[in-house]
Amino acid sequence: MKKTPLYDEHLRLGGKIVEFAGWQMPVQYSGVVAEHVAVRERVGLFDVSHMGEIWVTGPNAEKALEFMTCNKVSALYDGKAHYSAILNEGGGVVDDIIIYRCDKERFLICVNASNADKDFEWLTKHNPTDAKIVNASAEYGQIAVQGPRAMELVTPLVTRADLSSLKYFHFVECEILGSPVIVARTGYTGEDGVEIFVKAQKTADLWRLLLEHGTTLGVLPCGLGARDSLRLEAALPLHGHELAEDTTALESGLGWIVKFEKGDFIGKEALLKQKQAGLPKRLVGFYLDEVGIARQGDLVSAVDGQQIGVVASGTKTPTVNKALGMAFVETSYAALDTKLTFVVRGRNIAGHVVQLPFYKRSK
Amino acid sequence: MEFPNECKYTKDHEWVRVEGDNVVVGITEFAQSELGDLVFVDLPAVGKAVATHGTLCVVESTKAASDVYSPVAGTVAERNDALVDDPGLINRTPYSDGWIVKLTGVSDAELAGLMSAEEYKKLVGK
Repeated sequence: MKKTPLYDEHLRLGGKIVEFAGWQMPVQYSGVVAEHVAVRERVGLFDVSHMGEIWVTGPNAEKALEFMTCNKVSALYDGKAHYSAILNEGGGVVDDIIIYRCDKERFLICVNASNADKDFEWLTKHNPTDAKIVNASAEYGQIAVQGPRAMELVTPLVTRADLSSLKYFHFVECEILGSPVIVARTGYTGEDGVEIFVKAQKTADLWRLLLEHGTTLGVLPCGLGARDSLRLEAALPLHGHELAEDTTALESGLGWIVKFEKGDFIGKEALLKQKQAGLPKRLVGFYLDEVGIARQGDLVSAVDGQQIGVVASGTKTPTVNKALGMAFVETSYAALDTKLTFVVRGRNIAGHVVQLPFYKRSK
Repeated sequence: MEFPNECKYTKDHEWVRVEGDNVVVGITEFAQSELGDLVFVDLPAVGKAVATHGTLCVVESTKAASDVYSPVAGTVAERNDALVDDPGLINRTPYSDGWIVKLTGVSDAELAGLMSAEEYKKLVGK
């Protein structure tokens, strides 16, 4: 089982360690609810060092990524990042990723922990050019600083860059504690904040610095439990739940990052065909109208009892404080306010389709 | 971690306490710390008969649903409806305001067979 550079810090802070994607990670420290609330109201720190980092470099790096990912890489510029996905030939999602353009010959991809090795092999195998692809996951730690006070915490600690002008989905290569870092204004919580890539051996120093400087702001270290409830409220998909290789990007609601107008890319043909034929199923948001919680794998029926879908993620979350989730349903049942029945542990629970996301921060 | 002496315990981490003709049932402090913050409790109906080790109720954290087993056989005489709006009572005060149900018709022999605070404490290694 792998440990991040922050493993000892988690133990010292009383983190409850669980196995996640082959890593020993903290699921919580003080409690999922308190941590969730800290991120919504103040600021929270997450160890996301388990995420993978893959470099794609060389004169043909852009060309290679344009073919192997679905968003428009040529629209990026230095210091700009975008959300994208690696698709298979069927249009299914191998992984969802963020691509960062450092310069025209140097792109960093951040990938899911559970998919890092698979992604690296996939990219290496499907690379249509001589672009160099390097799995640098072991070299980096990563800390997410999320919440309305996140920028207040991070900005004064950074040298060689001014974060006050850093926009959403932009990043800077700069320094903290005299060590090179990449600070990206991105996150997985629905709040403002940054994700910081740092050398593995400097990660613990950065973590302690952020905790210490964040004390007066009410910072809390946060575990995977809060990360999951926060991302679900913001309706951010999680691979293995809303995203999978046998479910197309369009079915999962990723149509907004599939750029058909760019040149050829893996999965394009299948997705075009599906777009023309119509989607058999769609990802929708739901609330339950009766007591209970529907969770991943619970079946969804129409009011007449016919089985028409399955839950991708579901829980009762602290901020929205309702039993909610996302489910795949047959397209004819995807309209807002459609009444659905959720089969939870043998019991039928009524619910209905709602607009995503469940939570949106006030700007 | 607390292990009140007036309670008896099960290896499944429930506690019982005799209160007049009733037996109050809840989950232990150790159990709530393992489960994490609870966000939903599915309580049984008053009048429901429960068997020993039968499912008494379901408690759910943001991550998972877990069954709570009845430590003894009996009939649900009262349930803690305060848990509907505030399941966190179980996390904060597992032995007092976080009680789950009160059972009637429980046999003394069954109660006598449960673990003492000392034995339970040893079981969870605290």
